[in-house]
Amino acid sequence: MGSLRVGAQAVSVALVVGLLGLLVWKVSHQIGDETVASEVRDGKRPGAPAFDLEQLDGGRLRSEALRGKVQVINFWASWCEPCRSEAPLLERTSRELRSEGVVVVGVDHQDAAQFARDFAKRYRMTYPLVRDPDDKLYDRYGATGVPESFFVGRDGRVVAHVPGAVTRETLAAGLVEAGVE
Amino acid sequence: MMRTLVLALAALVLAGPAAASEARPTQHELESELICPTCHTTLDQSNAPVAQQMKAVIAARIAAGDTKSEIEVRLVADYGRGVLAKPDVKGFDLLAWVLPIAGLLIGAVVVGVAAWRWSARRDVADDVDAEPLEPELEQLVDEELRRLEA
Repeated sequence: MGSLRVGAQAVSVALVVGLLGLLVWKVSHQIGDETVASEVRDGKRPGAPAFDLEQLDGGRLRSEALRGKVQVINFWASWCEPCRSEAPLLERTSRELRSEGVVVVGVDHQDAAQFARDFAKRYRMTYPLVRDPDDKLYDRYGATGVPESFFVGRDGRVVAHVPGAVTRETLAAGLVEAGVE
Repeated sequence: MMRTLVLALAALVLAGPAAASEARPTQHELESELICPTCHTTLDQSNAPVAQQMKAVIAARIAAGDTKSEIEVRLVADYGRGVLAKPDVKGFDLLAWVLPIAGLLIGAVVVGVAAWRWSARRDVADDVDAEPLEPELEQLVDEELRRLEA
């Protein structure tokens, strides 16, 4: 009878220790993962995550196609109010600096495709717009909402991050940081 | 036989509403089962812009005659797996399904073992009570009882 009690106690302790271990593992993995946003915040210049995503108007966009260009990776959604204020600014910048090798990429986040297409049409967005259905790119960049923008230099390194809507000033500063004269 | 009939009847009664819900989901039902991805509450509890957009999508798809599963698949494709209130049945989320069942099983085993031990202890106690007294002691008890009755 005594051995049965000891066995039951051992199983209970093992169970509690196992669950605690699981909790610690999960928490440490969530905290330990470095993102582009956290590295840029720490003054580092991490490599821009590669992607191969479906475009809103069909076809795919691969990050290799953007190699050597200054990139503005902008996370947005059609339901996002501040995205409406920055869309015309991003479009104008894209048109003006396209010839200088600057490309704006809009990454549609948690959005219905039809609403996103309507938004793009309404704001006459001509720069590439991709969908990120599993939030993989969003998570790798470490974005925490929309809109957020990351600036990638010609060497493929992320040099600046603007959480929230870009303004004329923050957009210009990010582009200068990325090497646009 | 009776038991089988009752079970079959219960299955039939429960299957009817489930099938109807799959074929003709209601706005309220879907809003209470799907999660707003930015505020992490059910849609019926949220007024966030993304929740309002999702409600509009649900209304449009119900009007178009989509089934519940079709609407859920569409919303997951657009807004991600996080919109489902039920945890995933793979990866770390699988624990949310496994742990309660494991807890119930372990609890049942513990209760079973405790009941068995309690019952065994009572049997031993009954056996001890049934043992006859020593003849001298029995005689002493008899004499004492007679003295009390006198």
